[in-house]
Order: sequence, then C-alpha cells, then structure tokens
Amino acid sequence: MAAPRAPLHLVMPVWNRGTRGIRGLSRAVALEGSQKKGRSLLQFLADRFYDVQALREYLLQKQVLKVHQKNRFQGKEWIRSDAHGHFSLDFLKFQAVPVEAVDASGCAINYQGLDSLLALKELQSLWLQRCPHVDDWCLGRLHPLANSLQELSLAGCPRISERGLASLHHLRNLRRLDISDLPAVSNPGLTRILVEEMLPSCQVLGADWAQGLPSGPEEQSQDRASPIPA
Amino acid sequence: MLRRALQLGLGRGLLGRGLLGRGLGTHRGGSTLDQNGKVSEIKKKIQSVLPGGAWNPPYDTSYLPPEHSDVVIVGGGVIGLSVAYWLKRLEKPRGAIRVLVVERDHTYSQASTALSVGGIRQQFSVPENIQLSLFSVEFLRNINEYLAVVDDPPLDIQFNPSGYLLLASEKGAAVMESNVKVQRQEGAKVCLMSPEQLRNKFPWINTEGVALASYGMEYEGWFDPWCLLQGLRRKVQSMGVLFCHGEVTRFVSSSSHTETTSGEEVTLKRIHEVHVKIDRSLEYQPVECALVINAAGAWSGQIAELAGVGKGPPGTLQGTKLPVERRKRYVYLWHCPQGPGLETPFIVDASGAYFRREGLGNNYLGGCSPTEEEEPDPGNLEVDHDFFQDKVWPPLAQRVPAFETLKVRSAWAGYYDYNTFDQNGVVGPHPLVVNMYFATGFSGHGLQQAPAVGRAVAEMVLDGHFQTINLSPFHFSRFYLGEKVQEHNII
Repeated sequence: MAAPRAPLHLVMPVWNRGTRGIRGLSRAVALEGSQKKGRSLLQFLADRFYDVQALREYLLQKQVLKVHQKNRFQGKEWIRSDAHGHFSLDFLKFQAVPVEAVDASGCAINYQGLDSLLALKELQSLWLQRCPHVDDWCLGRLHPLANSLQELSLAGCPRISERGLASLHHLRNLRRLDISDLPAVSNPGLTRILVEEMLPSCQVLGADWAQGLPSGPEEQSQDRASPIPA
Repeated sequence: MLRRALQLGLGRGLLGRGLLGRGLGTHRGGSTLDQNGKVSEIKKKIQSVLPGGAWNPPYDTSYLPPEHSDVVIVGGGVIGLSVAYWLKRLEKPRGAIRVLVVERDHTYSQASTALSVGGIRQQFSVPENIQLSLFSVEFLRNINEYLAVVDDPPLDIQFNPSGYLLLASEKGAAVMESNVKVQRQEGAKVCLMSPEQLRNKFPWINTEGVALASYGMEYEGWFDPWCLLQGLRRKVQSMGVLFCHGEVTRFVSSSSHTETTSGEEVTLKRIHEVHVKIDRSLEYQPVECALVINAAGAWSGQIAELAGVGKGPPGTLQGTKLPVERRKRYVYLWHCPQGPGLETPFIVDASGAYFRREGLGNNYLGGCSPTEEEEPDPGNLEVDHDFFQDKVWPPLAQRVPAFETLKVRSAWAGYYDYNTFDQNGVVGPHPLVVNMYFATGFSGHGLQQAPAVGRAVAEMVLDGHFQTINLSPFHFSRFYLGEKVQEHNII
C-alpha cells in the first residue's frame, strides 16, 4: 500500500544519518539500525492504528471499482479504465446521472462490498462473472434491486450453489440470467429447470437440461441402427 | 553341601556365561534401545509406587476426565460446545482456563442439535432473541473465519437463504405487525405482505384465512446443524478443551448461610466436585471444579435437581425448580411431485404447522407443535404417524393445495428443551447455587441462537456481566419473581 510506505521513507534516512554520525558506517550497525527502525515503524503504526485501519477500509472500497471494472451511465457508452488502470476524469461529471450497468467480473467483491452496488436504485444490468468471493449469502442480498434489475450474470462464480439461486426469485423484472459454469451447483441441468420454473418471464442461460442424465435411448438406437425420435 | 556349593557355583557360572552370552548377543545383533526403553519404563513404575512422586497409574486412564478442571460443561451439544469455544476464545491469557465438556452420548443419537430441522430466523417478538439470532447468523456466514482449524478442509453449512414466511389469521395480525416493528428496529429485514401480494409472489398458496404475512428477506433460512456441531467440536478440540464420554451423577457442594439486606436468612451453595460416571461402567471420577455450566438441553431439569435447585418449600427461591422439560416433537419428510418449487421459504402457518423445501427433488420437511393436551410421552423417540394424518397434513393441505397428494418418505422425533414458564432460554448463574450457570430452555430455537448464547455465557463467566448482548431478562430469578418474557413466535 502506498501510504504506510511513505512514513518508511521518512524514518529511514533520519536514522541512518544519525548512526553514520555517531558510530561510523558499517554493515552490522546498519543492520541493527534497520532493526531499530523496524521497531519504531511498528510503534509508529501502532500509535496510528485507527488511521491505518481507516485507510485500509478506504482502499478496500476503492478495490470494488478495480482495474477491469466498467460502468455505464444512462444513455451513455461504457466507461472503462485505460491501459494504465486509470479512469478518465470525465466520469466525475456524471455524478447525478444514475448508473445503469455495472460489470464487476473477476472483481474481488464480497458481501460487504455489495453495499455500494445495492445503493444503485436504477441498476439494470449486473455482471458478476468469475467473482471468487460472491457466494449464496451475497445472492440473498440482491433483493433491493428487484425493481430495476433486468440482467444478471453469475457465470463461473466458484462459490454459488443452487441454494443461493433460490433467493433470486425476488428479482421479478429479471429478463436474462446467466448461470452457466457454476462448479458448486450439484445438479446443473435440474437446477436450470427449477430456476426457469421459478422465474417464468426470464431467459435462463445455463447448463443443458439433459446434463447428468444417462443417454439411454441414443445407445439403444445405435444397437438397432434406427433413429428413435427423442 | 559341597555338591550344593558346586551346583551353585556352576549355576552362577552358567548364569555368568548366560549373561555374557546375552551381552555378546546384544553387541552382535540386538538393539540396545529396546533394553533402555524397558528399563526406563520399569523405573517409572517403581517411582510411581514409591511415596513422594506423582501418581501415574500403571494402566491406561485416558478415558477418565481430569481430576481438576476450572469449568465443567454438562452437555456436549451445540450450546455446550459454543460456550466452550467462546470461553477458550475470550480467555486472557491464552490457555488460562481448563474446560471439560461432559457428554454421555458421543453418537448424539438423542441430541436436539442433530435432530433439528435447522432453521434460523430473526422473526421473534422479544428483542433479545432477535439480537441473538442476528449475531448467530453473522457467525454462520463467517464460519470459516471463526472455526478454521489448520490443515482441515473448510466447513460448508449449506445455508439456504430462502427466508421464513409467517402467516397470521385475523386474530394474530395486530401482534404480527407489532412484532415486525420490533424486528425492523433491531435490524432484521422483514417485510409485511397482504394476501394479494402473497398470491402474486407465491401462486401456489391458498390465502383463505390469511390476514397478514411477514416474510424475512435476508439472513433467514435453514442450514445443516450436524456440520455446525462437527465444526465446533473439531475447533474446540484444537483449542485444548477436554472431552469426557460420561454422565454427571452427583454434585458435591458446600453451603454457607448469610443474611440478605432485609434480614432474611439465605443458604448459598457452592459446587466443589462433579462426579462423572463413565459410560457403560460403574467407575466414576470426581472432578474438582470452579464452575459448572448446565447445557444439558432436554435433560437440564434433572441436572439442576442434582445440584439442589428447587429443593425447598414451594413459593420460595430455594423451592423454585428449573422449569425446563423434555418435550417430544415429530418431523416428517414427504415427497410431493407437484409441490412448490425452488423459491419455497420456510412457511409457518397460523395453525402452527410448518414445512420447508428439502433438496431439489420436490421433497419437503415439516411438522407441527402439538397443543398442551396432546403432548406425546417424552419417554422415547418413537414416531406417531397418526399425528401426521390428523394434525399436520390437513392444515398444510388446506394452505398448499398441491399437498393433497403426497407420500411420506420418513419421519423422526426429537426433543425440545421446553421452558414451561415462557418458552425462552435461561441464561446466567443461579442466585443460590452460585457457581452453576444455565444455558438451556430454548424451546426449539436453541440451535439458531447457540453462537450468541455461548458468547454471552463466556462473557458472564469471564467478566461477570454481559458485554455485547444483554441477556439479563433471561435470568433464572424471573421464575421466582413471576416475570414472564413471553415469546409469541414459537414454532
């Protein structure tokens, strides 16, 4: 992190200059000096624990809008970060414009991080593909977005199971749902059928319905060499 | 005599040669280590028999509990293990307290924890219950941070965040509204629904007779209680808590007489020893202890009687028994192919019948609490299938018409540690038996409050007062003073 390293730079030269003056330059002294510096750094950080804590929380919040994340404001194009991972300052102009779509794929967003997303009352499209910390508990939190959310993508999230998908029925305006490639779901084909029944007006993209079923009739047809209509 | 001497001499010579032979033998091929090990073992045994050393019995006594333990927790279910966990977690310095958990059935065949339906909700009427449940659900969400053991796989408690749906008739609608207000104040996310909204949301419900419904949107649902129990057990063992497979048969205590401020004579008791009888044996071990925690669940009443709680003239504090009884409850598992789908919450009908979805195959778990007159005999855990036909199926079939055709797959029975006074837990020390603490009497919602209750009892033991959630309304003295903390939403 940037901030704690800054005091490190401040402390180091002062100490070294001191030792150089008193004892003369030698490796051993420098080592001892750096140990002492380590301890005083720890003291420095311990004294300012709450500041460091607040700084870490701020940086964690910023992590939610990480490098790969894109936002789209109403009626505009996607706002992405450029090659260096910086956002252009244009988007500060859009503070009053509601956010329509958020792509947080691959982002390390977790249960607490969803606070910032749930505040977006006009969110229509949310992509949470391949997020490693999004689990069943997080899905239980999405109900405040029920009025506006139309598209949700959860593909590839390793911690989501069919139990969390059951809590998606609050999202009655959902039109497109992507639940493909969820490794923790025990029965992907059956889950897709049940989710489709649960959300009748939603188009569900997921595993094939017949996945996991034994392919009986096809094998029999190979024996008899006559196609049996499925 | 000469012959004898010759024989002796020959014998000694032979012996000498034998020894030499053995010595040569050891030098040649045998291991000297084995010899040394045997010698030190024999030395240890001799030293233990001679006076002046510690008593190390020459046979295996690892099944016996230790002779001294700071805290003895009677009962190794989810409440007892939770108290042990928080005692070990909050103690200062680390390793200061020796905790012993005494559990008489390591298979947990009759334990309420293992037989529980596993629901967790915040829809209670008493604010303390709501706070307990909120903390417990946070604990469950972060269970792998709380109960992580090095090199062991993470726990998956299989939480279903589907929420609870409580239905109320005309009579109960006003009470439900005030309850929801209290719940919202404490931070639970509950919404009230009219019959029409209910029909829109869950078209398979027949809303006839329903005036109001309250639906928990977040943090409510059900999970696997066995996983929580095993996770706690594993973690608690790694923290150094001792377990004993035995039964508490006797408390040895001493009494002292004092006067209260108003001049009344009061007899205070202090438990000094707990006699733990080993399972399937007549052997018992007296464990000297500083504190006893009664977390025996459905059997807490018997443990309290052993400690002398309630032995006195009725109407006095000495004569106030612990009003926790064993009550048998049935749970049935049925299959209904046309039944409600994935979105089914844990539904509790106004009549008291409840059910929830189990798995993905259209299976449902449910039951009903019997009225006082129909209470089954708690002597055994046999299931009465007629109870399903007469008391559980009709209200559920009326509420969910799809349940008119169903097939019961299996059923089981378990105990509620039922508090006959006000159906809420008893937490805290006994006023007269000063070193017995209670953590029992939760009447069917103990599992969902266990992590929070464990923390509260640990705070009481270590600091003398509650620090996070104030459970003083759940003190034992309310039974004597007659102050009921009535919980209305008991399932």
